[in-house]
Amino acid sequence: MNKKEIIKRDNVVVKFVGDSGDGMQLTGTLFSDTSALDGNDIATFPDYPAEIRAPHNTVAGVSGFQVHIGKRIYSSGDEADVLVAMNPASLISNLKWVKRGGIIIIDADTFTEEAIAKAGYTSSPLNDESLAQNYHFIKAPVTSMTTEAVKDIFTDRKSAEKCRNMFALGMIFFIFGKSLEHTDAYLEKKFKKNPAVVEANKAVIRAGFNFCENTDVLEAQIQVETAEITKGKYRNITGNIATAWGLLAAAEKAGLKLFLGSYPITPATDILVELAKHKSLGARVFQAEDEIAGICSAIGASFAGSLACTSTSGPGLSLKSEAIGLAVMTELPLVIVDVQRGGPSTGLPTKTEQSDLSQALFGRNGEAPCIVLAASSSANCFDWAFEAARLALEHMTPCILLTDGYLGNGSQLFRIPKMADLPTIHPPFAKENDPEYMPYKRDMETLVRQWAIPGMEGLRHRIGGLEKSDGKGAVSTDNANHQLMTDYRKKKVERIANRIPDQKVMGADNAELLVVGWGGTQGALKLAVQEMQEEGKSVAFTHFNYIMPLPKNTGEMLKRYKKIVVCELNMGQFVNYLRMNFEGINFHQYNKVQGLPFVVSELKERFNQILEEK
Amino acid sequence: MAIEHSSVELTRADFASDQMVKWCPGCGDHSILASVLGVFPKIGYKKENFCMVSGIGCSSRFPYYVNTYGFHSIHGRAAAIATGIKISNPNLSVWINSGDGDATAIGGNHFIHLIRRNMDVNYILFNNEIYGLTKGQYSPTTKQGQITKTSPFGVIDYPFNPGELVIGARGTFFARAVDNQPKTLTEVCEKMAEHDGTSVVEVLQNCVIFNNGTHSAITDKEVRDDRQLWLKHGEPMLFGKNREKGIILKGTSLEVVTLGSESGITEKDILIHDETTENTGIHMMLAQMRPPHFPMAFGVIRAYKQPTYKQLFEKQMQDAQKDAKICCVEDLLNSGETWEV
Repeated sequence: MNKKEIIKRDNVVVKFVGDSGDGMQLTGTLFSDTSALDGNDIATFPDYPAEIRAPHNTVAGVSGFQVHIGKRIYSSGDEADVLVAMNPASLISNLKWVKRGGIIIIDADTFTEEAIAKAGYTSSPLNDESLAQNYHFIKAPVTSMTTEAVKDIFTDRKSAEKCRNMFALGMIFFIFGKSLEHTDAYLEKKFKKNPAVVEANKAVIRAGFNFCENTDVLEAQIQVETAEITKGKYRNITGNIATAWGLLAAAEKAGLKLFLGSYPITPATDILVELAKHKSLGARVFQAEDEIAGICSAIGASFAGSLACTSTSGPGLSLKSEAIGLAVMTELPLVIVDVQRGGPSTGLPTKTEQSDLSQALFGRNGEAPCIVLAASSSANCFDWAFEAARLALEHMTPCILLTDGYLGNGSQLFRIPKMADLPTIHPPFAKENDPEYMPYKRDMETLVRQWAIPGMEGLRHRIGGLEKSDGKGAVSTDNANHQLMTDYRKKKVERIANRIPDQKVMGADNAELLVVGWGGTQGALKLAVQEMQEEGKSVAFTHFNYIMPLPKNTGEMLKRYKKIVVCELNMGQFVNYLRMNFEGINFHQYNKVQGLPFVVSELKERFNQILEEK
Repeated sequence: MAIEHSSVELTRADFASDQMVKWCPGCGDHSILASVLGVFPKIGYKKENFCMVSGIGCSSRFPYYVNTYGFHSIHGRAAAIATGIKISNPNLSVWINSGDGDATAIGGNHFIHLIRRNMDVNYILFNNEIYGLTKGQYSPTTKQGQITKTSPFGVIDYPFNPGELVIGARGTFFARAVDNQPKTLTEVCEKMAEHDGTSVVEVLQNCVIFNNGTHSAITDKEVRDDRQLWLKHGEPMLFGKNREKGIILKGTSLEVVTLGSESGITEKDILIHDETTENTGIHMMLAQMRPPHFPMAFGVIRAYKQPTYKQLFEKQMQDAQKDAKICCVEDLLNSGETWEV
């Protein structure tokens, strides 16, 4: 047995890539869960193709799972310190994401002439000397050693090869000195009815582990720092599950039934899938016949007194536009979750983007303002879903919550809140048999109307999409009344600014450059700014979650800075919204629409460039 | 769980609204409204437990004219909105008012899925075979060949027969009535209210302005007896002024026969109507009948008992809550793998 040297690292990025069906998502999840249990901070991001099973061994069929572990983790990380590539196609498509000097582990058995050609290589990468020079390139015979490890359990090759991912996982576990305990327990539970599968997978993990320990493929093991985070109880959570749970929490805090009307759409489906499980919590979940029925059923449920929600992605939001207008007009509470993806049209269903902002703000007929919020990490999807529900319910208006594919599918450590610490939500219910009740009578401070639910005595009334008279709510085409009601609907949303916190800045008030972001890009932006601040650069950072209305101090805050750069994964939708609201400010932009999150290096390069400009 | 009844006896005045009814004079909608206002007190639910939902179109103004909770929504979506209302609060009596365009064109998808699920709502489909509110364009039920504003050379489309559509979508209740025959219209509305599940009534309704007389070959007083077959469960399918005509099953088809010594056919030979059978064969054939070769079938064509969406949904909710390990959000947050830092 070789005693290995131990290298200490603050954080590392490990990326598992292979053919769809190679089990990379599971491998990555087991590694991140193990790391979290071991005390590391974590963030993960799955990167999978739109096809369920694209042709074998092609670049189109490559599926990946990235894990970022360490001391303080804001995002799933940029370049990989370690890449595990299970076939040639996954190596060719991911090599560009590996750090110089990083570790690359390949399954050498899969690098057949045919597979190499299918991946698009003109010559075998196994003989490429630059790989060995630039990386710690480990050509492990993963398939043959896996088959060997299970030869007494499985006689057929197919069953044996299904365990290949566990060999790679075993190798990674050795490299990072991780315990196999969690994975053993997972396998025992998952394959309870099939002990042979449990035994085989356990044997293969150990084979991978021992392969690294007993050979000289590695000289050192890596010890990653444990998390420096607030004490508390934690779990790992994806953005979509956090969103679903935030809605459940809000319903409980409002004392209402939760209703979700939704239609499956990538990458938002998991919200529907998650809530469908929770009938025991009273979640009334309806899988509708289409996107329009999803939101319309939610509007019906809202009229009937539920915390009503619908979840979707960009194309679905387009289909829901007319109905959002109905919710604006009828002034009913409604949460619309848009897990954004690459667009337009079907676009890039499995890739992330922030290009639905304009649609959320303006994509309706008529003057139809509604609240727009954006979550900024997988874990805080919980908080922002809760806040979306709170504002919708207390202000009787639809609220669009923007998350994205990166947040929704990615996962993070989540500090479990205590329900008692969350605020109680107070919807403005009408009182039964109130002789003064009128459907459009408003609280003149907030301009919020009262909520009278069918079944309540003495409050029968009719609402609808036609303009209503102030107060009484009868159908009205009166000119002055339409102006008045339009003003009310606008001011009602604007006045929410009085009830939300001021926008905060990380960094000095007089910094040379203010970096502005919103939504799902927070992790990379924050890290980039932090690194530059540590390098002595005069940079500050502010990140928006309240989009409509903006925090009250936004204009005053922006005016403090000489240079401002607004970074977003679209062609400039937020910056144009800021330009519209705050005249006379010169905004720089950094935009990207490649279906990928920002990477820290590209951000720093752009920020430095702006700092150097006269 | 059931819809709460009123502790006092209600009258139609309890449901009359103070809104001015703005349908055209002579419009068939007036008599449908009168029938519904007469039926609601008879059903006996608390007046707060009725909820009217509509989309867009002349008929969709209906909720404004009934003093209940009401929702006048957007074109075609009444079924989806009603679905959300009913799932959210199963203890409401939910009624949809819709026209042929609203229900079978822009709202066609919601219409068939509402029926497929057997959602527990009552659906009155006002069929005037025209778009009235937009002033006279052909709808999915307009007769082939008809000249309208958007079919100056005649409609090419084959029309929908709402009855076929309902039964084809696994409907459990379908009935037909006529706007100018209020007594039978009221009877049909009472029966639809009694049925558990999606109850659809197609009312042949006359649009005096844009499609006047479209149903007159069936509904005019002079022709009614020979062109209308009023079905009654358990009774033979007889029609005609002296009930001298009837329907028999010949091979796999229906046929009109005349009773009497000449034909040798007696009442015993006539088909007996069974609205409750699961088999849709006869129901479908009855829904398809139209002049000139057949009378049109009215009354309850199909009323098949099958668990409703509400029953199945509430059972799942109860079952899930019975043995639940996760009973509040705090339980959920702390379920599965967690650890202290």
